[in-house]
Amino acid sequence: MLIALFADIHANQPAFSACLAKAREQGAQRFVLLGDYVGYGADPDWAVTTVTDLVAQGAVAILGNHDSAVGNPRVQMNAEAQAAIEWTRGKLGPAQRQFLAQLPVRVEEDRLLFVHSEASKPDSWIYVTDTSDASRSMMATSAHVTFCGHVHKPALYSLSVTGKMTTFVPTSHIPVHLLPGRQWLVVLGAVGQPRDGNPAAAYALFDTEKREITYCRAAYDVEEAARRIRKNGLPIWLAERLLVGK
Amino acid sequence: MTQPSLEPGSMLDGFLIEDAIHRGGMATLFNVSRADNPMPMVMKIPRIGEGEDPAAIVSFEMEQMIMPRLTGVHVATFVAAGDFGAAQPYIVMERIAGEPLLARLPELPMPYGEAVAIAEKIAAALADLHRQHVIHHDIKPSNIMFRPTGEAVILDMGLACSDQLPDLMQEEFRLPFGTAPYMAPERLLGARDDPRSDLFALGVLLYFFTTGVRPFGETETMYGMRRRLWRDPVPPRKLKPDYPPWLQEIVLRCLEIEPAWRYPTAEQLSFDLAHPAQVKLTTRSERLKRDPLTTVLRRRFNKDLTRPRGKPTLAAHLASAPILAVAIDLSEGSPALNDELRTTAGRILATLPSARLACLNVLKLGRITIDKTLDEHGHNKHVDRLVALRHWAEPLKLEEHRLTVHVLEAIDPASAVLEFAEASRVNHILIGARRNSVLRKLLGSVSAKVAAEAACTVTVVRCNAAAGQMPADIVTEDADQPIHSG
Repeated sequence: MLIALFADIHANQPAFSACLAKAREQGAQRFVLLGDYVGYGADPDWAVTTVTDLVAQGAVAILGNHDSAVGNPRVQMNAEAQAAIEWTRGKLGPAQRQFLAQLPVRVEEDRLLFVHSEASKPDSWIYVTDTSDASRSMMATSAHVTFCGHVHKPALYSLSVTGKMTTFVPTSHIPVHLLPGRQWLVVLGAVGQPRDGNPAAAYALFDTEKREITYCRAAYDVEEAARRIRKNGLPIWLAERLLVGK
Repeated sequence: MTQPSLEPGSMLDGFLIEDAIHRGGMATLFNVSRADNPMPMVMKIPRIGEGEDPAAIVSFEMEQMIMPRLTGVHVATFVAAGDFGAAQPYIVMERIAGEPLLARLPELPMPYGEAVAIAEKIAAALADLHRQHVIHHDIKPSNIMFRPTGEAVILDMGLACSDQLPDLMQEEFRLPFGTAPYMAPERLLGARDDPRSDLFALGVLLYFFTTGVRPFGETETMYGMRRRLWRDPVPPRKLKPDYPPWLQEIVLRCLEIEPAWRYPTAEQLSFDLAHPAQVKLTTRSERLKRDPLTTVLRRRFNKDLTRPRGKPTLAAHLASAPILAVAIDLSEGSPALNDELRTTAGRILATLPSARLACLNVLKLGRITIDKTLDEHGHNKHVDRLVALRHWAEPLKLEEHRLTVHVLEAIDPASAVLEFAEASRVNHILIGARRNSVLRKLLGSVSAKVAAEAACTVTVVRCNAAAGQMPADIVTEDADQPIHSG
């Protein structure tokens, strides 16, 4: 089965629409959403509704820190994220808030673990930025493959039976066989706010039979997403960073 | 987990195990067959278990990742794999008939021509491997075989790496893995991302096959291996006075300590091996002694030389050093087109300092007539053309080693250009197109055929005509009409 995975959608409608369309075209049969549906972007209402519909059709959806912050006004974030999340609260109805509040922080099935951030403490929202974070995350699970987002930059880590770590910046659209003899941590790039210097929306496809991961990029109307952020009076940097993918 | 029996006659995933053909330190090879596949096949089983080298596992994992991605005549075709999640890990691949190159060691030193022909085939195979984003890191006689059709096949991807895959060996082992006599100096510093490491290994092989001596001995100690970071090998001509200078030039260029001083790509090395007369000789070709002690000491204590540095990706490296071929029409009718071709070639060469240019001209043979080597004034036509090609290229001011000139004798110019491009692994052809030519209407367009049939990129160059005006070409139906492009 071909699973499409999406992380850090961040209320970016043009980006998520482009990824969904492309993944469907590529034959994805199942969707896994790794959290942060809202925050930063201008379409939180649409994003939560879309995710709710996908879950109703069988998709897995995980809680992200921005989704969690919607219902927790005491959570402190950086100035831009804070401004965006306060604006977001006003855009979501009670049913949408209720949907976000009940999302799980981790789901494990068939030796695949889905989380938003580092897996040893999934509700502490720790970034996986190097091999020590990745190793802590993999040590905390027996899953063959862990999928997470949160850092907005794609990466692939593995842990061998002898305890050695490998780290790799994946090449887009080249499948990598995740050998069963070691554990793997797939860090997805962001759908709605890439920070690896490439403004194209990031997602991934996982083939459960071949155990192959393919990191994908979808070009989308970045100008339009930026225009909506400006139009809604959100911090200007949130629009500008989309254009450069930083 | 119980290990299935691997005795001859037993079955594994539908493969019938026959006789064991090789038991090595890392793996065992069995002949296998399968009812639904007539291909001769071998199964590789890694040595894993108590007391075995963990490198065997990791190198087998690398091979499992890389082999299914490789295609073409220069590798053994991948058939199937069972990985460490299954009861028995294995890889099944095509069996290549015959003996590996190792079997020919008793014949060393070989005649120069024979060794060069072997090296040229290996260079072509390496070019194909590098194009597929894979660096082999263990080029040596036991990993090379030849198909009945002549192409070299590179075996054993256990130490290979790809810039499109995680490098499992890099993180696993701090010491470099490989075969000591063939290991490039930068490998000793931990660099695994430079395709020119394979060219160094091929240089070692060619040195060994032509002199009978390994250039860096057979030392296996780390210090012994590290000496090659500052000590150059004895020049082959010191060992064999009849050693051709052009061959020494090629061998010593492959064995340069600094990867940037070697051939930039396997294609370019293969090109020189195929065109000995065109090899540009430098002081390397004349050397009879190793570098003086002062030079060696400077290298020994120069931290810059013994420290690896960042490099572009494999694909970017290959793309920066293409072989360009420009097909030039020397007929008097097209000086403007030839200028335009030169301008276009100059633009490409200016941005790529490692690119090289092969200038081609076709000396057209008559289909029926018996061709004379001399023209009506008694000049040698072939030599005249070579001179004219050099004259054409002169304004480009290319360094000697970046330029070669070739006069191809053929009945059909387009086929001659295509054959040259294929044999010399040309990456990009520049060819002029003529408009409104009577000959073109009668015989078809050379540039159109080249553009349609070439395996590489083709740029068709045209003169910019004034608006609404087509250049009128002067056409003479001469039997030895040079290449008429378009």
